[in-house]
Amino acid sequence: MQFPLQSFNAVSAANPWTYVLFGLIGFAFGFTLEMSGFGNSTKLAAQFYFKELTVLKVMFTAIVTAMVLTFGAAGLGILDFSLVWVNHTYIASGIVGGLIMGVGFIVGGFCPTTSLASASTGKIDGMMFMLGGFVGAFLFGETEQYFTQWYNNAGFYGRLTLDQVFGLPVGVVVLLVVLMALFMFWGAEQLERLIGKKDMSHEPRLRLFGAGALFVGAVAVVLIGQPSLESRYAKVTFTRTVNAQEVSYSADDMLANRLVFVSPAEAFKAEYNQSMNPIYLDVRSEADYNLYHIENAVNVPLAHISEVIPTLLSEPAANSVFILISNDETAAVQAWKILVASSVPNVYVLEGGVNNWISFFAEDDPALQPNPLAGDDQLKYTFPAALGARYESCSPSPIEYENLTYDARIVLQLKRDKSGGGCG
Amino acid sequence: MTTATPATPQKAQYGPKPYVHPYFGGFVLGIVLFLAMFLTGNGLGSSGATSRIDAAIVDAISPSHVDNNPYLLKMAGGDKNPLDDWIVPVFFGALLGGFSSGLFNRRLKFETTKGPNISVRTRWLVAFLGGVIFLYGARLARGCTSGQALTGGTTLSAGSWLIMFSIFGGAYALAYFVRKLWN
Repeated sequence: MQFPLQSFNAVSAANPWTYVLFGLIGFAFGFTLEMSGFGNSTKLAAQFYFKELTVLKVMFTAIVTAMVLTFGAAGLGILDFSLVWVNHTYIASGIVGGLIMGVGFIVGGFCPTTSLASASTGKIDGMMFMLGGFVGAFLFGETEQYFTQWYNNAGFYGRLTLDQVFGLPVGVVVLLVVLMALFMFWGAEQLERLIGKKDMSHEPRLRLFGAGALFVGAVAVVLIGQPSLESRYAKVTFTRTVNAQEVSYSADDMLANRLVFVSPAEAFKAEYNQSMNPIYLDVRSEADYNLYHIENAVNVPLAHISEVIPTLLSEPAANSVFILISNDETAAVQAWKILVASSVPNVYVLEGGVNNWISFFAEDDPALQPNPLAGDDQLKYTFPAALGARYESCSPSPIEYENLTYDARIVLQLKRDKSGGGCG
Repeated sequence: MTTATPATPQKAQYGPKPYVHPYFGGFVLGIVLFLAMFLTGNGLGSSGATSRIDAAIVDAISPSHVDNNPYLLKMAGGDKNPLDDWIVPVFFGALLGGFSSGLFNRRLKFETTKGPNISVRTRWLVAFLGGVIFLYGARLARGCTSGQALTGGTTLSAGSWLIMFSIFGGAYALAYFVRKLWN
């Protein structure tokens, strides 16, 4: 069984249990916040006068606990982290929005979820904050159109995680965050003692044990590491409907049964199919790409394919279909293995590659002469000049090729739609 | 003669129970957060639900207004139901969870939590204003302290860490100037 459970990544009327599960998660969330004292605005605001650092302690304990468990489970291969939603990075709107939230926090004394915990226990200021929240969110909806370009593009980096930013293994980042949190807890207790005049002698000893357990857990995450591409590839499964029966295939079965190879005709028709958004990834060398490539194909040489995975995973359109192209199939199949092991959805390979494309669409182009000396996965044609996509067959006429028959291989697997943005 | 006051322990028995230790609360919250991500691939959140409830209200009152607003259109356009999102049950679950904890710990009471030097009315006004400001910022940043700081922080999202520091930065920068509200 692979987590997260795909049937639970969104609510759906077809599966009422999804509402129950998310409701229970919310229940536990609200219960925990209230029992930690987050229904009380003075307790929250005290954080910002260094008197009582409950907010920092609760938040960071929660973050490091969940982080060690999450990356531990990912390292052990129980959890597929690439299927866990990671908020996209928008530097500009993130910083401005964060600063505005800080102002709202110190003025209002709550953040949105703590105001729920507060309002639900009868605190009138919590209700006022909630009410104000509805107005604020409404105002945002009304004004977003005036800065929508900036909002959606300024400093956009997609799914970007700290380990990628710092070029460190995930486990090491987890350990560093844990150490930072423990240091902040120590600092927070000093501040509470000095500024809050709190008697720290009765603090439970158990917290030292907890700190030790966290540290050990973080070191374990470093030692376990994250699963290799090979082990993830071995776990990938696909389902296809054969004779009205759902059949499950491993990735190697998909290749052996040629279920991931789309014919040139299907690859070409995908461009004109309203239900999908095909993205042609040309994994050949730049030299081959410059000689001849299919129109709109993006050149990502095989050696660089893993660098674009975060972009492919966050490719905004839910109906994106990736079609990998090499001269024959060898390099494209390798790229396919890397992408499916990284949980990129809807990845296919152009059957027979560029050579097959040319033989299908450019039979009668006298400029392209067969090159009998070509080896496997090399161009089987000679080109008079490196014209890139300017040969006629690079963008076949949709009128001339209107009626093509082929066995459709593409089965669109819809990715979750996160149009509401993170936090909803 | 101060020994004969059994009223104090008795009162404690019926009064509100104390809050749990912050590290314990954080630990439990961390488990909840982990389970949410482990089971569903989504973390925790709430500000998105505020937006969606707004969109549902606007859609009920004036569907044509939704059609002219690209932001609302994404949530409530056509036959889309803005409330059909995981964050909505989380939102209502959190209200119920907060209530239950209040009930269980004897903290259900109509009252106003505020600093000692402001009136109840002022507190209501600034709470309302704070809510307006906070949720505006939360939608701008695509998530609040739960969705960005807590959940995004856990998944090591670079943008979420930036937002977390911005929230604390904004609050600490202004804290001195509004100290009358809280001290």
